[in-house]
Amino acid sequence: MSISPSKMLATLRVNGRDVTLAFSPNATLLEVLREELRLTGTKHGCELGQCGACTVILDGTPVLSCLTLAADAIDRPVETVEGLASDGSLHPVQRAFLELGAAQCGYCTPGFLNAAVHLLENNTEPSEEEIREALAGHLCRCTGYTKIVEAVSLAGRRMRASADE
Amino acid sequence: MLRLPAFDFQPARSVDHAVALLAAHGNNALPVAGGTDLYANMKLGLFAPQLVIGLRSIAELRTIRFDPQHGLRIGALCSLDAVARDPAVALHYPALARAAAMVGTPEIRNMGTIGGNLCLETRCNYYNQSAEWRKALGYCLKRDGDLCRVAVHSATCKAVNASDTAPVMQAYDARITLVGPLGERNLAVRDFYQNDGARANVKRADEILTEIVLPLQASGMRSTYRKLRLRNAFDFPLVGVAVTLATDAQGACTQARVVLGAVTSAPFEVEAAGSLLRGSHLGEEIAAGAAEEVFKAGKPLENANASLLYRKRMLRVIAQRALEDVSHPLR
Amino acid sequence: MSKNGASGTRAHVVGAALPRIDGYAKVTGAAIFADDIALPRMLFGKLLRSPHAHARITSIDYERALRLPGVVAVAVGSDLPVRYGILPSAQDETVFAIDRVRYVGEPIAGVVAEDELTAQYAATLIDVRYDILPSVMSIDEALRDLGADAEKIHPESRKANNVHKDVHLTFGDIEAGFAEAERIFDNEYFFEGNTHAALEEHSAVASFGADGKLTLWSSTQTPHYLHRVAASVLEMPASRIRIIAPPIGGGFGGKTEPVAHELAAAHFARKTGRPVKFTLSREEVFYTHRGRHPVRIHLQTGIKSDGTIAACRLQTWLDGGAYGSYGVATTYYTGALLPVTYKMGAYAFDGCRVYTNKPPCGPKRGHGTTQPRYAFESQLDAIATELGLDAGAYRAAIAVDPYTRTVNHLRVTSCGMREALNAVSERTDYSSKHGKLSSGRGIGLAASAYLCGAGLPIYWNPMPHSGAIVKVDRGGGVTVFCGTSDCGQGSQNMLAVIVAETLGVDVLDVSVCAGDTDLTPVDLGSYSSRVTFMAGNAARSAASDVRERIAAAVGAELGVPADRCIFESGRVFDREDPERSLSFVDAARAAEARFGTLAGVGSYTPPADLHGDFKGSGVGPSPAYSYSACVAEVEVDFETGEVRVERIVLAHDCGRALNPHIVEGQIEGSAYMGMGEALMEESAFRNDLHRIPNLLDYKTPTILDTPRIEAIIIETEELEGPYGAKEAGEGPLNPVIPAIANAVADAIGTRIYATPITPERVLQALDGTSGPLRLRAPIAERAV
Repeated sequence: MSISPSKMLATLRVNGRDVTLAFSPNATLLEVLREELRLTGTKHGCELGQCGACTVILDGTPVLSCLTLAADAIDRPVETVEGLASDGSLHPVQRAFLELGAAQCGYCTPGFLNAAVHLLENNTEPSEEEIREALAGHLCRCTGYTKIVEAVSLAGRRMRASADE
Repeated sequence: MLRLPAFDFQPARSVDHAVALLAAHGNNALPVAGGTDLYANMKLGLFAPQLVIGLRSIAELRTIRFDPQHGLRIGALCSLDAVARDPAVALHYPALARAAAMVGTPEIRNMGTIGGNLCLETRCNYYNQSAEWRKALGYCLKRDGDLCRVAVHSATCKAVNASDTAPVMQAYDARITLVGPLGERNLAVRDFYQNDGARANVKRADEILTEIVLPLQASGMRSTYRKLRLRNAFDFPLVGVAVTLATDAQGACTQARVVLGAVTSAPFEVEAAGSLLRGSHLGEEIAAGAAEEVFKAGKPLENANASLLYRKRMLRVIAQRALEDVSHPLR
Repeated sequence: MSKNGASGTRAHVVGAALPRIDGYAKVTGAAIFADDIALPRMLFGKLLRSPHAHARITSIDYERALRLPGVVAVAVGSDLPVRYGILPSAQDETVFAIDRVRYVGEPIAGVVAEDELTAQYAATLIDVRYDILPSVMSIDEALRDLGADAEKIHPESRKANNVHKDVHLTFGDIEAGFAEAERIFDNEYFFEGNTHAALEEHSAVASFGADGKLTLWSSTQTPHYLHRVAASVLEMPASRIRIIAPPIGGGFGGKTEPVAHELAAAHFARKTGRPVKFTLSREEVFYTHRGRHPVRIHLQTGIKSDGTIAACRLQTWLDGGAYGSYGVATTYYTGALLPVTYKMGAYAFDGCRVYTNKPPCGPKRGHGTTQPRYAFESQLDAIATELGLDAGAYRAAIAVDPYTRTVNHLRVTSCGMREALNAVSERTDYSSKHGKLSSGRGIGLAASAYLCGAGLPIYWNPMPHSGAIVKVDRGGGVTVFCGTSDCGQGSQNMLAVIVAETLGVDVLDVSVCAGDTDLTPVDLGSYSSRVTFMAGNAARSAASDVRERIAAAVGAELGVPADRCIFESGRVFDREDPERSLSFVDAARAAEARFGTLAGVGSYTPPADLHGDFKGSGVGPSPAYSYSACVAEVEVDFETGEVRVERIVLAHDCGRALNPHIVEGQIEGSAYMGMGEALMEESAFRNDLHRIPNLLDYKTPTILDTPRIEAIIIETEELEGPYGAKEAGEGPLNPVIPAIANAVADAIGTRIYATPITPERVLQALDGTSGPLRLRAPIAERAV
């Protein structure tokens, strides 16, 4: 049994930057982000697609990085939590999570943020039900989800307000 | 963290390329589309292919086309999310839209494909466990063992087909296309599955599922899908019920199918329920009778997250509710 | 707020809904959790775990594993033979099993390799031979008379059969109490075990330097206890071991005691001279467990004609799993806090914990008090109904009074239970709904109390429970050093708030250095809801210490008495003439010039008079108790048995809320977690195996299963709490489970005597096939 297959050289586009690196064909995007690129903001709670903690945006869509091969993400834009803030200022969703205390232990937070940003980019005025549906793939054990829903709603209102300006 | 076993990876550029790769590597290769099911199973040590053939890159299989003459053609690589949101699907095949929207989570629906959902590995809580767990158990018939843990005297594996879309496809009388080195074959969904948990469909290792065709539905066709689960996200069905039903101008039922999911190793059409419905005027009494047929026919086993007695009892309830759905137009 | 504030100042940080100081790192992905740490030359470890629930190990051969390319070292039980356990009375575990395994998933050996897959594969190459022993998988089996031949799970135990601990306490004249009672309510309940399922899988990274010093980063809620156990097991001086607790991705009690992978990481780092990481898989987290004990409960309550409680007798049987863990404390806790909520004339408690061949149970949020609280509040509901009383008003009428002693001699100080009961009743219009909602809908109410830290430490010692150092930099920056571990509850922020309040500076000018045994004074850890109260008091005391020196220096500079100096908004000024002032930076410089390096120290030791004088009196006393009340509204589907929780209103007396958003977050999280325990979560076993060791089958509620939770903060003034604060992390969970159970009873017109209230149990209750739970009578006699 070959335990560690030989690595391949490839270019990934992560948070708007092209990075060329070597990884094994069986490496998941989660492993490459965390272990090769040291983007440890992307978390893992099960590695089986049962918790949502590892969610990143791939090709503009939230996906589970634990069940995505890095080799299958070549040349497709990947966005992680590290790419959310720009020019040193937090994304409105990050700011709302911070202000309302929607992050407690913070471990599920990056996954929730990615799913929430994706929702608000497509629908700045989601109902509570729409917010819950969009975040249904994420487990949180700390918050009871209440402040998370409030934070996404608040961020949506602020994004609408700033778009109206 | 749990990791994938070693393998090589090759993305397929086209159906032909995928088939050629499969032909070249035989049983050592595994085609993977969304990966939400297979990669999780591989991390649990259930499969260890030498080569994974990535199907995601085959753009030609990602279209949904509705044709008023022939019905709906769905490329196997359409995501479950795309199927759930497609206007033609929602309009003409609402039960499919509903079933696709109930799979797993938004992320799983973004990744998972309709073809993958139809090829979903059968599930059993003696099987969907880690290598260490299964070793502690002493393995089972589906993998590495010679005994079905659910039904110890059974010669076949009793893992269930827990696909949400499979019973719906069968209720719509859908057909699928398989492509392999010998060419294409086209078969009805009901002939695609077989009631053996260890060999749940007739797709050969060198074939890929490329397309699903849903025939044009009779006017006045109503359809639904009902899913019982313990949580409103993530969960596979404990019981799924798909119903399609058409009536004539007088309201008499001309066509009817009731297909169960998550009860046996294949989607399970309850013929007795369909024949009771056909020719009748669907009302409370008929619905109760059909639900009773479902209850009598369905024989769940002790291999999911609720007892078999509960799942058995729920067959009647969920079937009844599905029949209520089709008593009135879904939307 | 002057009554609670440092003398003469207005609160400017305390009570403000500011963003938590660690929130910035958590919303950007910058927070470094244990598994995020990667060190040069780091090796990856994997534990080989037992496939048998109960077996003797006859041989272990790991030569093949060791020869696998990439494998660096293997270790087995004999390499680390020192026994350990969190309680001095239960030193019953070794890092790797020696001679015998007692549950499926128990670590037997460890492997470290250049990468994780290699370590994982190598573990499968270790050949272990066993003699399989009969397994014991339930309380009943554990109590069964073994006879002469059969082996106990712990042969060295002096107790009969598989009993681990039994406790018998009586307060007041229990027989007279029952004689005085007009009616005696007698019920039995079963609370199923469940687990924390914190989202972060446990992880530890160890590094051993050429200087012989070991550094161990671990997702632990109790770095101090890990420090002690690591020193013992590794047979190293504690002075050469540094434990660092990075931010923890959720704890809930699941990371409160040293476990195998942490000690294994340390061992391998020392053995190989290279850094080593062990991160558990989710399945391994289920085996590591230390979760909620399954408890059988027998509860007899004697009620006088006016509804007051004349006497109460509680018997509990705890399924402890394979090892002691915190189990002795858990056993006492099933009895200790019941009298803290309501006045009762007499109280008797018998507790019995048994060993079974399952992963060890330990503390989960509400530690041992959750299960009997469920039973008691369920029974009180039935009592209120029988007596024709409103459940909220009834509870308020029999509630303990502030500043009294309970029947079991516990000292009660501030108590906002009546206020909490009123708040939830009024908000939900409970009185006009209970018993009157349409079929299938129900409303339920319950109340509870919890500790603000245990009055006594886990190991006997006369030292403080918490210590803090506050250092003031000449640039005006303030650093708090304290041995706390932040598991998401907000302890870092709490320390910053208290110190910022005391010194009158912006909370972001305060940095917190926590959970590092080299740098921080001891805090016993994040358990028993002790941190805000105890570490908070220590930090306040340390900040006051340094404040005095600054005030003296400022007083001298401005020519005013030091006690007239007010610290506020980054300035220090004269109370009489606020124009006379120095900036905090200048004040700090003046003080450093006058007194030298500026640092204050503080510590907290609970008062000594919190408890009675009897064996077992050490469990239950706390310097203060928090109080909670909850109303839940549910809708039950009579055909499927599904229970949908439509609304949870949860009021909690936390003393003074230091940060209302954080308190609300704790209340909301408690409501959610309690709901999961009430309806879906269970540790389920079959064929000696955990049936569902994964997050798909172990059902934690999703966002679609959880209602919007309404948190109500009840503020009381706790004179001994830091700025008046009490706990909020655990207490609010306890009333949620019985509130939901009571709501379901209201909805379906019959009671279910076990958790979780699954759809199947609801249907059985509706069918009339479940009935009251009945333990077989002789169980109590056989227990001891």
